[in-house]
Amino acid sequence: MTPTDPTTTAGDTVLEVEDLTVQFPTDEGLVEAVRGVNYELRRGEVLGIVGESGSGKSVTSLAVMGLLPKTARVSGSVRFNGNELLESTDKQLSRIRGRGISMVFQDPMTSLNPVYTVGDQIAETILVHNDISKKAAHKQAIELLETVHIPNPEQRAKSYPHELSGGMRQRVVIAIAMANQPDVIIADEPTTALDVTVQAQILDALRTAQKETGAAMILITHDLGVIAGQADRVMVMYAGKPVEKGTADEVFYTPRMPYTLGLLGSLPRLDVKTERLTPIAGSPPSVINMPPGCPFSPRCPLSDDICDQEEPDLESGSDSGHLAACHFSYRVEGHEPADLFRPNAEDPLPAGATEGEVIE
Amino acid sequence: MTETALEVESTTSRTPVLSARDIVKHFPVHGGGLLRRRIGDVHAVCGVSFDLYPNETLGLVGESGCGKSTTARVVLNLQPATSGEVEFEGQNLNTLARREMRRLRRSLQIVFQDPYASLDPRIPVNEIVAEPLRIHGLYENGGKERVRELLATVGLRPEHGNRFPHEFSGGQRQRIGVARALALEPKVLVLDEPVSALDVSIQAGVLNLLEDLQENLGLSYLFVSHDLSVVRHVADRIAVMYLGKIVEIAPAEQLFEQPAHPYTQALISAIPVPDPRKERTRQRIVITGDVPSPANPPSGCRFRTRCPKFANQLSDGQRTKCVDEVPELIDRGHGHPSACHYAEAAQLI
Repeated sequence: MTPTDPTTTAGDTVLEVEDLTVQFPTDEGLVEAVRGVNYELRRGEVLGIVGESGSGKSVTSLAVMGLLPKTARVSGSVRFNGNELLESTDKQLSRIRGRGISMVFQDPMTSLNPVYTVGDQIAETILVHNDISKKAAHKQAIELLETVHIPNPEQRAKSYPHELSGGMRQRVVIAIAMANQPDVIIADEPTTALDVTVQAQILDALRTAQKETGAAMILITHDLGVIAGQADRVMVMYAGKPVEKGTADEVFYTPRMPYTLGLLGSLPRLDVKTERLTPIAGSPPSVINMPPGCPFSPRCPLSDDICDQEEPDLESGSDSGHLAACHFSYRVEGHEPADLFRPNAEDPLPAGATEGEVIE
Repeated sequence: MTETALEVESTTSRTPVLSARDIVKHFPVHGGGLLRRRIGDVHAVCGVSFDLYPNETLGLVGESGCGKSTTARVVLNLQPATSGEVEFEGQNLNTLARREMRRLRRSLQIVFQDPYASLDPRIPVNEIVAEPLRIHGLYENGGKERVRELLATVGLRPEHGNRFPHEFSGGQRQRIGVARALALEPKVLVLDEPVSALDVSIQAGVLNLLEDLQENLGLSYLFVSHDLSVVRHVADRIAVMYLGKIVEIAPAEQLFEQPAHPYTQALISAIPVPDPRKERTRQRIVITGDVPSPANPPSGCRFRTRCPKFANQLSDGQRTKCVDEVPELIDRGHGHPSACHYAEAAQLI
């Protein structure tokens, strides 16, 4: 069942993901990278997807774009403006990629082509989807560079990617992403490779791009600070599944899933002096041949028998839009991280998680 | 050992365990031609001085390319300084003979950033931790026990010692790196981005471990990091670096409550905090542009090309001073030194 916000009408929704699963068969077994993701994206909103490495947050968006390798087994449904993307041919998808949905990747050096000038690359994106002259496309490219605050856009358009700094390159990527006025921009760790002062500039540029185009944005990051500042709604992922969903305020101020609370307690903060952090014991599970039950259970301070038998669904509490996948979410509400998690440094290995805990 | 403990008691504020004076490190840049002639220098570190006191954590923060890691390496004498001096307990490291330096290395150890690259994949963990003991001829007398003890100290199970690094997660590997660094009972640990490669939930455990070790073993940390939030949490004092120079150095609380240098202010205001309401209402000092090349740093104040104060608040006359005169790192009436001619404390959080 898709959790639907009562205020949503069908016309608002640009992207609808339902029961999305992605599996990779490997020699070691079936890697269940994404195990049932549901979300709706409304026009103009920013959805933040947060999770640690291996939580499936990036694979989810690659599946939406149809960019996964052929070995991947994808099931479920991804509807963009009513059209099913998972059943579309590559040709059909090519018309949507870059125009309907565009993407900003983490590393701007690898997402730009080193042998073309950045102006050419932006113009190319425009020419692919529009029937206009090369000259007009170049003019637009320069305007786009200006929109993302690149100084001397005319000269910069003639530069090759290697002549630009990391921050500049990422602006170029953003300019490409917004070139065709997409309905959805997916930004996958757009600032992770950059320094903080540059990160602030890039987040600004992304905001500008989103406002100018009126697009909805999916912002994927591991940085809770970035999410707090940018996202309207937040989805927390763990081991291939969303474990908490709600508005930014709900998720940050009244988390209902122990994992979210644990993340917040693990985070050293700039604005307040924390005496002692409360880490989450253990490490994320391997997503190969997952055992039944809640994947967070081995690390969870509230874990009980039922947690190892039955994986909880995303369910709402008293406030309808705020969902959490925990049998004991009522015991999380209203607590501080330190109430649940112990700040001891010893025994990072929970019992039973030691064997076969080979990572990579 | 009790003697050192007493010393800590009586002289915490006076005798630094490690001090750096005017460290300069230039790397030559060679041309692409046949002769590969030297065509210039990258000014990685330019006149950095600081003291590290017993049982203290000094945070060294800055963005990539600011020279913080190079400073750490020069301090350990892993790379020779172009000029300047490093003293450890009164001994000048730059003039020490190799043999003496080797003996001193017992007291000065480092933990690297990448727990995947810094552990030899072909050696079991026991041997990785035992290696420093063997090199310094300390393994024969109870080395095996010592290794078990070290693994337990960093929160790992001693019986896992015969496993190989790839069998451990990132956080556990970093603990192995810490155990190895602790093997020779050092007094100073240089931590070069020790938690940057780790996920948030894992990072917290390693930070707590480092805190406990410091308290139990009386260690001094030079904590190099780009992450101001992490540094605020662990450091007693913080030095902010920009383009090879320290621009401000202050006790942690003071740095966050009254940052005086425009760069520190920009840095603090650029870091997002995990609090949506605060994020929405926060005022930001956004600085434009990128860090200039350290091969050709700007004259005078190195931050002036990106400085919002220089661009928006200063008169032309005042600007001349920024262009012509290198601002010294001195106390300008804010209770701590800052390197800005027009430093002004601001409240940002």
